Amino acid sequence: MKQLLIISGKGGTGKTTIAGAFIKLLQAKAYADCDVDAPNLHLISNHTVTEERKDYFGLPKAHIDINLCIECGLCEESCGFNAVHHGQRYYIDSYACEGCGVCKYVCPTGAISLREQRAGELMLYRNNAVFSTAQLEMGNGTSGMLVSEVKKQMKESAADDVGVAIIDGSPGIGCPVIASLSGVDLALIVAEPSISGINDMQRIIETARQFGTKLAVCVNKYDTNLKNTQTIEEFCKDSEIIFVGKIPYDKKAVTAINDGKSIVDIDCPAGIAVKKVFDNTIKIIGKL
Amino acid sequence: MANKKIAILSGKGGTGKTLVSVNLAAAEGNSYYVDCDVEEPNGHLFFKPKIIKKKDIFVKIPNIDNSLCSGCRECVEFCKFNALAYGRQVIVFEEVCHSCGGCMLVCPTKAISEKDKKIGVIEEGVSDEVKTISGIMNTGEVSGVPIIKELLNIIKDVEGLVFIDCPPGSACVVMESVKDADYCILVAEPTVFGAHNLAMVHRLVSLFGKKCGVVLNKCETGFNPSEDFCIKNNIEILARVPFDNDLGSLNSEGKIAVRENYKNKDLFYSLLSTVKEAVK
Repeated sequence: MKQLLIISGKGGTGKTTIAGAFIKLLQAKAYADCDVDAPNLHLISNHTVTEERKDYFGLPKAHIDINLCIECGLCEESCGFNAVHHGQRYYIDSYACEGCGVCKYVCPTGAISLREQRAGELMLYRNNAVFSTAQLEMGNGTSGMLVSEVKKQMKESAADDVGVAIIDGSPGIGCPVIASLSGVDLALIVAEPSISGINDMQRIIETARQFGTKLAVCVNKYDTNLKNTQTIEEFCKDSEIIFVGKIPYDKKAVTAINDGKSIVDIDCPAGIAVKKVFDNTIKIIGKL
Repeated sequence: MANKKIAILSGKGGTGKTLVSVNLAAAEGNSYYVDCDVEEPNGHLFFKPKIIKKKDIFVKIPNIDNSLCSGCRECVEFCKFNALAYGRQVIVFEEVCHSCGGCMLVCPTKAISEKDKKIGVIEEGVSDEVKTISGIMNTGEVSGVPIIKELLNIIKDVEGLVFIDCPPGSACVVMESVKDADYCILVAEPTVFGAHNLAMVHRLVSLFGKKCGVVLNKCETGFNPSEDFCIKNNIEILARVPFDNDLGSLNSEGKIAVRENYKNKDLFYSLLSTVKEAVK
Protein backbone atom coordinates (compact mmCIF):
# COMPACT_ATOMS: atom_id res chain seq x y z
CA MET A 1 0.00 0.00 0.00
CA LYS A 2 1.24 3.44 -0.92
CA GLN A 3 0.13 6.37 1.20
CA LEU A 4 -0.73 9.83 -0.03
CA LEU A 5 -1.05 12.48 2.68
CA ILE A 6 -2.84 15.77 2.06
CA ILE A 7 -1.61 18.67 4.22
CA SER A 8 -1.45 22.44 4.07
CA GLY A 9 0.17 24.19 7.01
CA LYS A 10 -2.55 26.83 7.00
CA GLY A 11 -6.07 25.70 7.85
CA GLY A 12 -9.02 25.99 5.54
CA THR A 13 -7.15 25.80 2.25
CA GLY A 14 -9.24 22.85 1.07
CA LYS A 15 -7.48 19.69 2.31
CA THR A 16 -10.66 17.79 3.06
CA THR A 17 -12.44 18.96 -0.08
CA ILE A 18 -9.51 17.74 -2.19
CA ALA A 19 -9.13 14.52 -0.18
CA GLY A 20 -12.84 13.84 -0.76
CA ALA A 21 -12.42 14.35 -4.50
CA PHE A 22 -9.31 12.13 -4.65
CA ILE A 23 -11.08 9.33 -2.77
CA LYS A 24 -13.92 9.47 -5.29
CA LEU A 25 -11.68 9.64 -8.37
CA LEU A 26 -9.44 6.85 -7.18
CA GLN A 27 -12.33 4.76 -5.87
CA ALA A 28 -10.00 4.48 -2.89
CA LYS A 29 -10.18 1.25 -0.96
CA ALA A 30 -8.52 2.70 2.12
CA TYR A 31 -8.54 6.21 3.50
CA ALA A 32 -8.16 8.02 6.78
CA ASP A 33 -8.81 11.35 8.47
CA CYS A 34 -5.83 12.28 10.62
CA ASP A 35 -7.21 15.68 11.64
CA VAL A 36 -8.18 14.19 14.99
CA ASP A 37 -8.75 17.62 16.59
CA ALA A 38 -11.36 18.61 14.04
CA PRO A 39 -12.26 15.68 11.77
CA ASN A 40 -14.56 16.45 8.86
CA LEU A 41 -13.98 13.85 6.16
CA HIS A 42 -16.79 11.64 7.51
CA LEU A 43 -19.23 14.42 6.65
CA ILE A 44 -18.74 13.79 2.94
CA SER A 45 -17.68 10.14 2.89
CA ASN A 46 -21.21 8.70 2.50
CA HIS A 47 -20.60 5.43 4.23
CA THR A 48 -23.76 3.41 4.59
CA VAL A 49 -22.43 1.04 7.22
CA THR A 50 -22.43 1.72 10.94
CA GLU A 51 -18.95 2.50 12.19
CA GLU A 52 -17.07 0.34 14.66
CA ARG A 53 -16.11 2.44 17.66
CA LYS A 54 -13.22 1.95 20.02
CA ASP A 55 -12.13 4.04 23.00
CA TYR A 56 -8.71 5.62 22.73
CA PHE A 57 -6.62 5.95 25.85
CA GLY A 58 -3.71 8.32 25.81
CA LEU A 59 -1.12 8.17 28.52
CA PRO A 60 -2.48 7.25 31.97
CA LYS A 61 -2.83 10.29 34.22
CA ALA A 62 -1.98 10.84 37.85
CA HIS A 63 -4.54 10.38 40.58
CA ILE A 64 -4.10 11.15 44.30
CA ASP A 65 -5.65 8.89 46.92
CA ILE A 66 -6.43 11.44 49.62
CA ASN A 67 -6.66 8.72 52.25
CA LEU A 68 -2.94 8.06 51.79
CA CYS A 69 -1.85 11.65 51.13
CA ILE A 70 0.05 13.25 54.01
CA GLU A 71 0.06 16.71 52.41
CA CYS A 72 3.84 16.90 52.10
CA GLY A 73 3.58 18.83 48.83
CA LEU A 74 6.47 17.01 47.11
CA CYS A 75 4.24 16.18 44.14
CA GLU A 76 3.30 19.81 43.61
CA GLU A 77 6.94 20.84 43.87
CA SER A 78 8.19 18.28 41.34
CA CYS A 79 5.45 18.60 38.73
CA GLY A 80 6.79 20.31 35.64
CA PHE A 81 3.33 20.91 34.19
CA ASN A 82 1.68 22.79 37.04
CA ALA A 83 -0.88 19.98 37.24
CA VAL A 84 -0.93 19.48 41.01
CA HIS A 85 -3.11 21.92 42.92
CA HIS A 86 -4.23 22.32 46.47
CA GLY A 87 -7.85 23.05 47.25
CA GLN A 88 -9.07 21.54 50.46
CA ARG A 89 -6.71 18.68 49.63
CA TYR A 90 -4.19 18.03 46.87
CA TYR A 91 -5.69 17.13 43.50
CA ILE A 92 -4.56 16.68 39.89
CA ASP A 93 -5.72 18.89 37.04
CA SER A 94 -6.10 16.14 34.47
CA TYR A 95 -6.01 18.59 31.55
CA ALA A 96 -2.61 19.83 32.62
CA CYS A 97 -1.26 16.38 33.61
CA GLU A 98 0.87 14.81 30.88
CA GLY A 99 1.22 11.47 32.65
CA CYS A 100 5.00 11.65 33.16
CA GLY A 101 4.83 9.82 36.52
CA VAL A 102 7.22 12.11 38.39
CA CYS A 103 4.66 12.82 41.17
CA LYS A 104 4.08 9.11 41.63
CA TYR A 105 7.82 8.57 41.89
CA VAL A 106 8.39 11.26 44.52
CA CYS A 107 5.33 10.49 46.67
CA PRO A 108 6.61 8.99 49.93
CA THR A 109 3.34 7.24 50.82
CA GLY A 110 2.38 5.69 47.50
CA ALA A 111 -0.74 7.86 47.36
CA ILE A 112 -0.37 8.57 43.66
CA SER A 113 -1.21 6.15 40.89
CA LEU A 114 -1.40 6.53 37.14
CA ARG A 115 -4.84 5.73 35.83
CA GLU A 116 -6.05 5.10 32.32
CA GLN A 117 -8.20 7.88 31.03
CA ARG A 118 -10.25 7.96 27.86
CA ALA A 119 -8.70 10.53 25.56
CA GLY A 120 -10.79 10.04 22.45
CA GLU A 121 -12.44 7.58 20.18
CA LEU A 122 -11.40 5.71 17.06
CA MET A 123 -13.96 4.98 14.35
CA LEU A 124 -13.71 2.48 11.53
CA TYR A 125 -16.11 2.21 8.60
CA ARG A 126 -15.75 -1.03 6.74
CA ASN A 127 -17.53 -2.19 3.58
CA ASN A 128 -15.96 -2.25 0.11
CA ALA A 129 -13.54 0.37 1.41
CA VAL A 130 -12.09 1.03 4.85
CA PHE A 131 -12.24 4.48 6.35
CA SER A 132 -10.37 5.12 9.57
CA THR A 133 -11.03 8.24 11.61
CA ALA A 134 -11.01 9.47 15.20
CA GLN A 135 -12.05 12.26 17.51
CA LEU A 136 -9.72 13.47 20.22
CA GLU A 137 -11.36 14.58 23.43
CA MET A 138 -11.31 18.31 23.93
CA GLY A 139 -8.22 19.84 25.39
CA ASN A 140 -6.21 16.67 25.08
CA GLY A 141 -2.52 16.70 24.38
CA THR A 142 -1.92 13.33 22.77
CA SER A 143 -3.07 14.01 19.22
CA GLY A 144 0.13 12.60 17.70
CA MET A 145 -0.41 9.22 19.33
CA LEU A 146 -4.02 9.13 18.14
CA VAL A 147 -2.95 10.00 14.59
CA SER A 148 -0.60 7.01 14.65
CA GLU A 149 -3.50 4.84 15.84
CA VAL A 150 -5.74 6.07 13.02
CA LYS A 151 -3.12 5.16 10.43
CA LYS A 152 -2.45 1.81 12.09
CA GLN A 153 -6.15 1.00 12.12
CA MET A 154 -6.39 1.81 8.41
CA LYS A 155 -3.38 -0.34 7.50
CA GLU A 156 -4.51 -3.30 9.56
CA SER A 157 -8.04 -3.30 8.19
CA ALA A 158 -7.26 -2.64 4.54
CA ALA A 159 -7.17 -5.38 1.93
CA ASP A 160 -3.86 -6.32 0.29
CA ASP A 161 -4.73 -4.84 -3.09
CA VAL A 162 -5.35 -1.28 -1.93
CA GLY A 163 -2.84 0.44 -4.19
CA VAL A 164 -2.93 4.01 -2.91
CA ALA A 165 -4.44 5.05 0.41
CA ILE A 166 -5.55 8.67 0.89
CA ILE A 167 -4.88 10.40 4.21
CA ASP A 168 -6.42 13.75 5.12
CA GLY A 169 -4.05 15.62 7.44
CA SER A 170 -4.43 18.40 9.95
CA PRO A 171 -3.38 22.05 9.84
CA GLY A 172 -0.22 23.33 11.49
CA ILE A 173 3.26 21.84 11.64
CA GLY A 174 3.32 20.29 15.12
CA CYS A 175 2.66 16.98 16.79
CA PRO A 176 -0.31 15.58 14.77
CA VAL A 177 1.23 16.70 11.46
CA ILE A 178 4.58 15.13 12.25
CA ALA A 179 2.82 11.90 13.22
CA SER A 180 0.87 12.04 9.94
CA LEU A 181 4.05 12.47 7.89
CA SER A 182 5.63 9.34 9.25
CA GLY A 183 5.74 6.55 6.68
CA VAL A 184 3.83 8.28 3.87
CA ASP A 185 5.10 7.98 0.30
CA LEU A 186 4.04 11.42 -0.87
CA ALA A 187 2.59 14.52 0.78
CA LEU A 188 0.46 16.80 -1.37
CA ILE A 189 0.46 20.33 0.00
CA VAL A 190 -2.68 22.35 -0.69
CA ALA A 191 -1.56 25.97 -0.78
CA GLU A 192 -3.65 29.11 -0.85
CA PRO A 193 -2.54 32.23 -2.75
CA SER A 194 -2.50 34.63 0.17
CA ILE A 195 0.41 36.12 2.09
CA SER A 196 -0.53 33.87 5.02
CA GLY A 197 -0.95 30.85 2.75
CA ILE A 198 2.51 31.28 1.24
CA ASN A 199 4.16 31.74 4.63
CA ASP A 200 2.44 28.65 6.04
CA MET A 201 3.24 26.58 2.95
CA GLN A 202 6.92 27.40 3.34
CA ARG A 203 6.84 26.33 7.00
CA ILE A 204 5.14 22.99 6.26
CA ILE A 205 7.62 22.35 3.43
CA GLU A 206 10.51 23.05 5.79
CA THR A 207 8.97 20.70 8.37
CA ALA A 208 8.26 17.88 5.92
CA ARG A 209 11.77 18.11 4.49
CA GLN A 210 13.26 17.54 7.94
CA PHE A 211 11.47 14.21 7.94
CA GLY A 212 12.52 13.41 4.38
CA THR A 213 8.99 13.28 2.96
CA LYS A 214 8.58 13.57 -0.80
CA LEU A 215 6.41 16.58 -1.69
CA ALA A 216 4.09 17.97 -4.34
CA VAL A 217 2.18 21.27 -4.27
CA CYS A 218 -1.14 22.41 -5.71
CA VAL A 219 -2.87 25.78 -5.32
CA ASN A 220 -6.53 25.99 -4.38
CA LYS A 221 -8.68 29.07 -5.12
CA TYR A 222 -5.80 30.13 -7.39
CA ASP A 223 -7.79 32.85 -9.15
CA THR A 224 -8.39 34.79 -5.91
CA ASN A 225 -4.87 36.18 -6.25
CA LEU A 226 -3.03 35.43 -9.48
CA LYS A 227 0.12 37.24 -8.41
CA ASN A 228 0.49 35.14 -5.28
CA THR A 229 -0.30 31.98 -7.26
CA GLN A 230 2.59 32.84 -9.54
CA THR A 231 4.82 33.38 -6.50
CA ILE A 232 3.93 29.88 -5.27
CA GLU A 233 4.66 28.32 -8.68
CA GLU A 234 8.01 30.08 -8.83
CA PHE A 235 8.85 29.08 -5.28
CA CYS A 236 8.16 25.43 -6.14
CA LYS A 237 10.32 25.65 -9.22
CA ASP A 238 13.21 27.19 -7.27
CA SER A 239 12.87 24.64 -4.47
CA GLU A 240 12.55 21.73 -6.90
CA ILE A 241 9.12 20.71 -5.64
CA ILE A 242 6.73 19.27 -8.19
CA PHE A 243 3.80 21.57 -8.93
CA VAL A 244 0.75 19.46 -9.78
CA GLY A 245 -1.77 22.13 -10.70
CA LYS A 246 -4.26 24.74 -9.62
CA ILE A 247 -7.93 24.78 -8.78
CA PRO A 248 -10.17 27.85 -9.17
CA TYR A 249 -12.41 29.34 -6.49
CA ASP A 250 -15.83 27.85 -7.12
CA LYS A 251 -19.03 28.72 -5.29
CA LYS A 252 -20.44 25.36 -6.30
CA ALA A 253 -17.80 23.67 -4.17
CA VAL A 254 -19.49 25.06 -1.03
CA THR A 255 -22.88 23.82 -2.25
CA ALA A 256 -21.48 20.36 -2.93
CA ILE A 257 -19.89 20.11 0.53
CA ASN A 258 -23.09 21.28 2.22
CA ASP A 259 -24.98 18.56 0.36
CA GLY A 260 -22.48 16.00 1.68
CA LYS A 261 -20.98 15.52 -1.78
CA SER A 262 -17.52 15.68 -3.25
CA ILE A 263 -16.73 18.37 -5.85
CA VAL A 264 -16.27 15.68 -8.49
CA ASP A 265 -19.85 14.49 -7.92
CA ILE A 266 -21.19 17.65 -9.50
CA ASP A 267 -20.37 19.45 -12.73
CA CYS A 268 -18.21 22.42 -11.74
CA PRO A 269 -14.93 24.11 -12.73
CA ALA A 270 -13.23 23.14 -9.47
CA GLY A 271 -14.18 19.51 -10.06
CA ILE A 272 -12.64 19.54 -13.54
CA ALA A 273 -9.45 21.18 -12.26
CA VAL A 274 -9.05 18.80 -9.33
CA LYS A 275 -9.19 15.89 -11.78
CA LYS A 276 -5.99 17.19 -13.44
CA VAL A 277 -4.30 17.64 -10.08
CA PHE A 278 -5.33 14.11 -9.22
CA ASP A 279 -3.96 12.62 -12.46
CA ASN A 280 -0.63 14.39 -11.98
CA THR A 281 -0.36 13.32 -8.35
CA ILE A 282 -1.20 9.68 -9.04
CA LYS A 283 1.36 9.63 -11.83
CA ILE A 284 4.06 10.73 -9.37
CA ILE A 285 3.11 8.28 -6.68
CA GLY A 286 2.92 5.51 -9.28
CA LYS A 287 6.56 6.09 -10.18
CA LEU A 288 7.75 5.93 -6.57
CA MET B 1 -8.79 43.93 36.47
CA ALA B 2 -6.20 45.74 34.45
CA ASN B 3 -7.07 44.15 31.16
CA LYS B 4 -9.73 42.25 29.25
CA LYS B 5 -8.64 39.27 27.22
CA ILE B 6 -10.62 38.31 24.16
CA ALA B 7 -9.75 34.99 22.56
CA ILE B 8 -10.57 34.41 18.90
CA LEU B 9 -10.90 30.77 17.95
CA SER B 10 -12.65 28.52 15.45
CA GLY B 11 -12.07 24.78 15.58
CA LYS B 12 -11.69 24.61 11.84
CA GLY B 13 -8.70 26.30 10.25
CA GLY B 14 -8.96 29.10 7.73
CA THR B 15 -12.30 30.49 8.88
CA GLY B 16 -10.93 33.98 9.50
CA LYS B 17 -9.54 34.03 13.06
CA THR B 18 -6.59 36.18 12.08
CA LEU B 19 -8.78 38.46 9.93
CA VAL B 20 -11.09 39.13 12.90
CA SER B 21 -8.30 39.42 15.51
CA VAL B 22 -6.13 41.74 13.47
CA ASN B 23 -8.99 44.04 12.49
CA LEU B 24 -10.37 44.24 16.02
CA ALA B 25 -6.97 45.15 17.46
CA ALA B 26 -6.39 47.72 14.72
CA ALA B 27 -9.89 49.16 15.21
CA GLU B 28 -9.29 49.53 18.94
CA GLY B 29 -5.91 51.16 18.34
CA ASN B 30 -4.11 51.17 21.66
CA SER B 31 -4.38 47.42 22.37
CA TYR B 32 -2.51 44.14 22.30
CA TYR B 33 -2.56 41.56 19.53
CA VAL B 34 -1.18 38.19 20.65
CA ASP B 35 -0.56 35.42 18.11
CA CYS B 36 -0.89 32.07 19.88
CA ASP B 37 -1.00 30.10 16.61
CA VAL B 38 2.68 29.43 17.10
CA GLU B 39 2.83 26.67 14.47
CA GLU B 40 1.60 28.96 11.72
CA PRO B 41 1.64 32.53 13.04
CA ASN B 42 0.36 35.03 10.49
CA GLY B 43 -0.63 38.17 12.39
CA HIS B 44 2.79 39.74 11.87
CA LEU B 45 2.30 39.49 8.11
CA PHE B 46 -0.59 41.93 8.48
CA PHE B 47 0.77 44.25 11.16
CA LYS B 48 4.34 44.25 9.81
CA PRO B 49 5.38 45.45 13.25
CA LYS B 50 8.59 47.18 14.16
CA ILE B 51 10.21 44.55 16.39
CA ILE B 52 11.34 45.97 19.68
CA LYS B 53 12.12 42.83 21.65
CA LYS B 54 12.97 39.22 20.86
CA LYS B 55 13.04 36.43 23.36
CA ASP B 56 14.20 32.90 22.65
CA ILE B 57 12.09 30.16 24.23
CA PHE B 58 13.84 27.16 25.66
CA VAL B 59 12.78 23.84 27.14
CA LYS B 60 14.85 21.55 29.31
CA ILE B 61 16.12 18.31 27.84
CA PRO B 62 18.35 15.69 29.43
CA ASN B 63 22.09 15.87 29.08
CA ILE B 64 23.77 12.51 29.70
CA ASP B 65 27.24 12.29 31.18
CA ASN B 66 28.40 8.96 29.77
CA SER B 67 31.34 8.78 32.15
CA LEU B 68 28.89 8.55 35.06
CA CYS B 69 26.26 6.34 33.36
CA SER B 70 26.29 2.79 34.74
CA GLY B 71 24.03 1.47 31.99
CA CYS B 72 21.24 0.53 34.41
CA ARG B 73 18.54 1.85 32.04
CA GLU B 74 16.27 3.11 34.81
CA CYS B 75 15.80 6.36 32.90
CA VAL B 76 14.73 4.46 29.78
CA GLU B 77 12.26 2.45 31.85
CA PHE B 78 10.87 5.54 33.53
CA CYS B 79 10.32 7.74 30.46
CA LYS B 80 6.64 7.54 29.49
CA PHE B 81 7.25 9.39 26.26
CA ASN B 82 9.82 6.97 24.84
CA ALA B 83 12.29 9.80 24.57
CA LEU B 84 15.18 7.64 25.78
CA ALA B 85 16.62 4.42 24.44
CA TYR B 86 19.72 2.42 25.21
CA GLY B 87 22.13 1.32 22.53
CA ARG B 88 25.75 1.25 23.60
CA GLN B 89 24.83 4.31 25.65
CA VAL B 90 21.69 6.31 26.43
CA ILE B 91 20.21 7.96 23.35
CA VAL B 92 17.93 10.99 23.74
CA PHE B 93 15.17 11.69 21.21
CA GLU B 94 14.96 15.40 21.90
CA GLU B 95 11.84 16.11 19.86
CA VAL B 96 9.61 13.77 21.89
CA CYS B 97 10.97 14.77 25.30
CA HIS B 98 8.30 16.48 27.44
CA SER B 99 10.85 18.01 29.84
CA CYS B 100 9.34 16.32 32.90
CA GLY B 101 12.75 15.79 34.50
CA GLY B 102 11.90 12.22 35.51
CA CYS B 103 15.03 10.68 34.01
CA MET B 104 17.22 13.00 36.02
CA LEU B 105 15.30 12.14 39.15
CA VAL B 106 15.59 8.36 38.80
CA CYS B 107 19.23 8.16 37.72
CA PRO B 108 21.09 6.47 40.59
CA THR B 109 24.51 7.77 39.52
CA LYS B 110 23.47 11.38 38.83
CA ALA B 111 24.63 11.03 35.25
CA ILE B 112 21.77 13.13 33.94
CA SER B 113 21.55 16.90 34.08
CA GLU B 114 19.36 19.29 32.11
CA LYS B 115 20.29 21.53 29.26
CA ASP B 116 18.37 24.16 27.32
CA LYS B 117 17.00 23.54 23.89
CA LYS B 118 15.60 26.40 21.84
CA ILE B 119 12.15 25.65 20.44
CA GLY B 120 11.14 29.05 19.15
CA VAL B 121 11.03 32.77 19.68
CA ILE B 122 8.64 35.46 20.89
CA GLU B 123 8.74 38.76 19.05
CA GLU B 124 7.24 41.89 20.55
CA GLY B 125 6.63 44.81 18.27
CA VAL B 126 4.52 47.84 17.50
CA SER B 127 2.34 48.64 14.53
CA ASP B 128 0.81 52.11 14.78
CA GLU B 129 -0.72 52.03 18.25
CA VAL B 130 -1.10 48.26 18.40
CA LYS B 131 1.39 46.27 20.41
CA THR B 132 1.98 42.91 18.79
CA ILE B 133 3.32 39.79 20.45
CA SER B 134 3.91 36.74 18.25
CA GLY B 135 5.09 33.28 19.18
CA ILE B 136 6.95 31.42 16.44
CA MET B 137 7.74 27.73 16.92
CA ASN B 138 10.76 26.29 15.14
CA THR B 139 9.85 23.89 12.34
CA GLY B 140 10.35 20.25 13.29
CA GLU B 141 9.26 20.85 16.90
CA VAL B 142 6.34 18.84 18.23
CA SER B 143 4.73 21.16 20.76
CA GLY B 144 4.34 24.91 20.99
CA VAL B 145 2.71 24.81 24.42
CA PRO B 146 5.73 26.27 26.28
CA ILE B 147 5.73 29.23 23.86
CA ILE B 148 2.00 29.80 24.39
CA LYS B 149 2.46 29.66 28.16
CA GLU B 150 5.13 32.35 27.94
CA LEU B 151 2.95 34.50 25.63
CA LEU B 152 0.14 34.39 28.19
CA ASN B 153 2.59 35.17 30.93
CA ILE B 154 3.75 38.31 29.11
CA ILE B 155 0.21 39.67 28.76
CA LYS B 156 -0.94 38.69 32.23
CA ASP B 157 -0.78 42.15 33.73
CA VAL B 158 -0.82 44.51 30.76
CA GLU B 159 -3.37 47.31 30.53
CA GLY B 160 -6.26 47.47 28.09
CA LEU B 161 -7.79 45.13 25.55
CA VAL B 162 -5.88 42.01 24.55
CA PHE B 163 -6.87 40.09 21.42
CA ILE B 164 -5.64 36.49 21.43
CA ASP B 165 -5.43 34.84 18.01
CA CYS B 166 -5.72 31.10 18.78
CA PRO B 167 -4.55 28.02 16.88
CA PRO B 168 -7.15 25.88 15.08
CA GLY B 169 -8.56 22.69 16.56
CA SER B 170 -9.61 21.92 20.11
CA ALA B 171 -6.49 20.25 21.51
CA CYS B 172 -4.19 21.27 24.35
CA VAL B 173 -2.77 24.30 22.52
CA VAL B 174 -6.23 25.81 22.08
CA MET B 175 -7.17 25.12 25.67
CA GLU B 176 -4.00 26.84 26.88
CA SER B 177 -4.81 29.86 24.73
CA VAL B 178 -8.38 30.36 26.00
CA LYS B 179 -7.78 29.49 29.64
CA ASP B 180 -7.34 33.10 30.81
CA ALA B 181 -9.81 34.69 28.39
CA ASP B 182 -12.64 36.91 29.58
CA TYR B 183 -14.56 36.42 26.37
CA CYS B 184 -14.34 34.11 23.35
CA ILE B 185 -15.19 34.98 19.77
CA LEU B 186 -15.89 31.89 17.68
CA VAL B 187 -15.37 32.45 13.96
CA ALA B 188 -17.30 30.11 11.67
CA GLU B 189 -17.71 29.67 7.94
CA PRO B 190 -20.97 28.72 6.23
CA THR B 191 -20.28 25.06 5.50
CA VAL B 192 -21.16 21.80 7.22
CA PHE B 193 -17.44 21.53 8.05
CA GLY B 194 -17.60 24.96 9.64
CA ALA B 195 -20.72 24.12 11.65
CA HIS B 196 -19.32 20.78 12.81
CA ASN B 197 -16.13 22.39 14.12
CA LEU B 198 -18.05 25.34 15.57
CA ALA B 199 -20.09 22.90 17.65
CA MET B 200 -16.87 21.33 18.88
CA VAL B 201 -15.18 24.55 19.88
CA HIS B 202 -18.42 25.82 21.45
CA ARG B 203 -18.38 22.74 23.67
CA LEU B 204 -14.79 23.57 24.64
CA VAL B 205 -15.51 27.15 25.70
CA SER B 206 -18.71 26.05 27.47
CA LEU B 207 -16.70 23.48 29.38
CA PHE B 208 -14.54 26.30 30.70
CA GLY B 209 -17.58 28.44 31.44
CA LYS B 210 -16.45 31.18 29.06
CA LYS B 211 -18.81 33.82 27.69
CA CYS B 212 -18.84 33.66 23.92
CA GLY B 213 -20.42 34.82 20.71
CA VAL B 214 -20.07 33.89 17.05
CA VAL B 215 -18.83 35.79 14.01
CA LEU B 216 -20.23 34.26 10.85
CA ASN B 217 -17.61 34.78 8.14
CA LYS B 218 -17.82 34.45 4.35
CA CYS B 219 -21.63 34.71 4.49
CA GLU B 220 -23.50 34.31 1.24
CA THR B 221 -27.16 34.01 0.42
CA GLY B 222 -28.47 30.53 0.93
CA PHE B 223 -28.38 28.09 3.80
CA ASN B 224 -25.69 28.67 6.43
CA PRO B 225 -25.21 25.57 8.62
CA SER B 226 -23.22 27.59 11.19
CA GLU B 227 -25.95 30.19 11.52
CA ASP B 228 -28.46 27.39 11.92
CA PHE B 229 -26.35 25.93 14.74
CA CYS B 230 -26.24 29.29 16.55
CA ILE B 231 -29.99 29.80 16.30
CA LYS B 232 -30.81 26.29 17.45
CA ASN B 233 -28.45 26.56 20.41
CA ASN B 234 -29.30 30.11 21.28
CA ILE B 235 -25.75 31.42 20.79
CA GLU B 236 -25.34 35.12 20.15
CA ILE B 237 -24.33 36.08 16.62
CA LEU B 238 -22.00 39.04 17.01
CA ALA B 239 -21.51 39.86 13.35
CA ARG B 240 -22.02 38.60 9.84
CA VAL B 241 -19.06 39.23 7.56
CA PRO B 242 -20.22 38.88 3.95
CA PHE B 243 -18.28 36.94 1.35
CA ASP B 244 -16.61 39.78 -0.45
CA ASN B 245 -13.91 39.78 -3.12
CA ASP B 246 -12.60 43.15 -1.93
CA LEU B 247 -12.07 41.90 1.60
CA GLY B 248 -10.63 38.64 0.24
CA SER B 249 -8.09 40.54 -1.87
CA LEU B 250 -7.05 42.82 0.98
CA ASN B 251 -6.63 39.80 3.22
CA SER B 252 -4.65 37.80 0.67
CA GLU B 253 -2.28 40.77 0.29
CA GLY B 254 -1.75 40.93 4.05
CA LYS B 255 -3.59 44.24 4.41
CA ILE B 256 -5.71 45.24 7.38
CA ALA B 257 -9.22 46.20 6.24
CA VAL B 258 -9.87 48.85 8.90
CA ARG B 259 -6.64 50.61 7.97
CA GLU B 260 -7.56 50.63 4.28
CA ASN B 261 -10.29 52.29 2.33
CA TYR B 262 -12.57 49.28 2.71
CA LYS B 263 -16.27 49.88 2.19
CA ASN B 264 -17.48 47.63 4.99
CA LYS B 265 -14.99 48.51 7.69
CA ASP B 266 -17.79 49.76 9.97
CA LEU B 267 -18.58 46.12 10.46
CA PHE B 268 -15.39 45.62 12.50
CA TYR B 269 -15.95 48.78 14.54
CA SER B 270 -19.45 47.68 15.42
CA LEU B 271 -18.19 44.17 16.29
CA LEU B 272 -15.61 45.84 18.52
CA SER B 273 -18.22 47.81 20.44
CA THR B 274 -20.40 44.70 20.83
CA VAL B 275 -17.46 42.79 22.27
CA LYS B 276 -16.42 45.67 24.53
CA GLU B 277 -19.95 45.82 25.87
CA ALA B 278 -19.81 42.08 26.55
CA VAL B 279 -16.61 42.28 28.63
CA LYS B 280 -17.58 45.43 30.54
